[in-house]
Amino acid sequence: MEAFTQHIGTAAPLRRSNVDTDQIIPAVYLKRVTRTGFEDGLFAAWRNDPSFVLNQPEYDGVSVLVAGPDFGTGSSREHAVWALLDYGFRVVVSSRFGDIFRGNSGKAGLLAALVTQDVVEQLWTTIEADPGTKVTVDLENKTISAGDVSAPFEIDDYTRYRLLNGLDDVGITLSHADEIAAYEATRPSFKPATLPAKA
Amino acid sequence: MGRTLSEKVWDAHVVRHADGEPDLLYIDLHLVHEVTSPQAFDGLRLAGRPVRRPDLTIATEDHNVPTYDVDKPIADPVSRTQVDTLRKNAEEFGIRIHTLGDPDQGVVHVIGPQLGLTQPGMTVVCGDSHTSTHGAFGAIAFGIGTSEVEHVLATQTLMQARPKTMAVTVDGVLPDGVSAKDLVLALIAKVGTGGGQGYIVEYRGEAIRALSMEARMTICNMSIEWGAKAGMIAPDETTFAYLQDKPHAPQGVDWEAAVEYWKSLATDEDATFDREVVLRAEDIAPFVTWGTNPGQGIPLSENVPSPDDFDNENDKVAAERALEYMGLTAGTPMREIHVDTVFLGSCTNGRIEDLRAAAGVLAGRKVAEGTRMLVVPGSGRVRLQAEAEGLDRIFKDAGAEWRGAGCSMCLGMNPDQLAPGERSASTSNRNFEGRQGKGGRTHLVSPLVAAATAVTGTLAAPADLPPVDVAVPENV
Ligand code: SF4
Repeated sequence: MEAFTQHIGTAAPLRRSNVDTDQIIPAVYLKRVTRTGFEDGLFAAWRNDPSFVLNQPEYDGVSVLVAGPDFGTGSSREHAVWALLDYGFRVVVSSRFGDIFRGNSGKAGLLAALVTQDVVEQLWTTIEADPGTKVTVDLENKTISAGDVSAPFEIDDYTRYRLLNGLDDVGITLSHADEIAAYEATRPSFKPATLPAKA
Repeated sequence: MGRTLSEKVWDAHVVRHADGEPDLLYIDLHLVHEVTSPQAFDGLRLAGRPVRRPDLTIATEDHNVPTYDVDKPIADPVSRTQVDTLRKNAEEFGIRIHTLGDPDQGVVHVIGPQLGLTQPGMTVVCGDSHTSTHGAFGAIAFGIGTSEVEHVLATQTLMQARPKTMAVTVDGVLPDGVSAKDLVLALIAKVGTGGGQGYIVEYRGEAIRALSMEARMTICNMSIEWGAKAGMIAPDETTFAYLQDKPHAPQGVDWEAAVEYWKSLATDEDATFDREVVLRAEDIAPFVTWGTNPGQGIPLSENVPSPDDFDNENDKVAAERALEYMGLTAGTPMREIHVDTVFLGSCTNGRIEDLRAAAGVLAGRKVAEGTRMLVVPGSGRVRLQAEAEGLDRIFKDAGAEWRGAGCSMCLGMNPDQLAPGERSASTSNRNFEGRQGKGGRTHLVSPLVAAATAVTGTLAAPADLPPVDVAVPENV
């Protein structure tokens, strides 16, 4: 996974609350068996609408999404994060995220930056006034700035540490293989196993 | 100080704890399906890693399989690829799989309990948010994303921050004709779709204790719909009786030891929760959703709300958008809303008791003209059981379609979908925009309301129907 320290890019305002993962990527786009190529499914239902924000030429090439509260609620599909990444987003900003979405983001290298709704509103105003505004997201210092707006964002320390170092979860855990084996030795015999199969 | 049910189960699974880091939690059972697993297996292959515990892993195909002509090749090429990929991965990594046509194929959350693989005090995960279903047994069960699926396959553990605890206490007795589904829809309307965020919820109180295992699964299933990490119910005699004759239940001395352990899991008298919510069962009536999230629900007896009924600006805007999407006018009685399609099924309400409840309403009645009804058992075994009880005949005689097992119309991923603008009464768990097909409009309902709605063609409860004079088979 690529390390994330600082990101500078333009942003799109998504003035909607409760954007669940079915809106981020509808189920019909989940059928791929590879890890990439999900950009077409991103906000698919809304992208047919010419007035949708990502269809505006001034928001071409954006890499930061500033969304309303409760972004990424609903289904656990990690494809929602992949679709955002495949489209080109590196950062999503909101005042509240779905739990699973936030977890999935950190693991795939998408920064979910939690700010107050006040900051979201300020960012919206700034971006809409000038869509070319560069947004700087500094993970080292946990700050986000754009034009006159400068604010701290929240992210849990562990996710931040991993993003900063580009660490992969499985590798970290396998370094504790001895402890896993020791735990397994203590599991009671009544715990079920799927094999051999019984019917 | 005492501990809660969830704290006891959590503590028993901590492999490694370090201050300031998430706990490394051992996973007792990993359920796998075709949609969220291919990239996880891909990841293992790329890194040259094996599955650590194939004997704690089980796979089935459910999300995008068709529910008719299941003996023919899957027509949709992408769905076929996913299903074939799962079959190949299961073989390559030595994982047990139940494929189309097998009695233990079906919705992954119906399979675990029916095989007796879901037991109290376990940790259960699956790349599907409704994994919370398994919490009905007193297990910590939650949905994970694909990279976590890969993590569990490779390590049989997950890194997890310890959630806060919440108690939802339902006192009293549910009125006649009011089911677990109504209860949980009413709860979500009260606390909001984000109300459970960061919590493992324990459902308790007299009304919860009185529920069957399957009704408890319906409640826990919907935990994610109000944002909870997981939902749990303490194991009791109802749980043990349900498990006793299941294929993978412990045997002999193991059974004795297991029951003794399971009994120790109940929340201690002196334990405290971070948050408590109390509901009175008597206040709950048949409940339906009018909007596009599961919190936008009201009693069936009420009228479609107006955006002006909401104080909060976000709720107002959300209501406006929802009414527009749903094609509804504020003030319309819910009972006057015409429904095109009734869907009975899913991991929320696709088990045998749900089918029995609906069949009890449909016996001697007909599905209304202009309305279609799909009955989709949650698993092959549920289907066989229903056929043995004659429920399939009741459904078919009423004019409903009797299907094979799968997720079906719960989500628009397989051939069972709503057309744009089509309106459903659905026993599933999500009424999000487009969930059941692009432009489809979903009202979440209980199996009883689903069946009554099929008869009248408008949202209805069984009590609204004129009586019929038929002999209803036993069990119904
Ligand atoms: S029935 Fe619906 S909610 Fe349940 S696993 Fe299938 S798609 Fe998910």
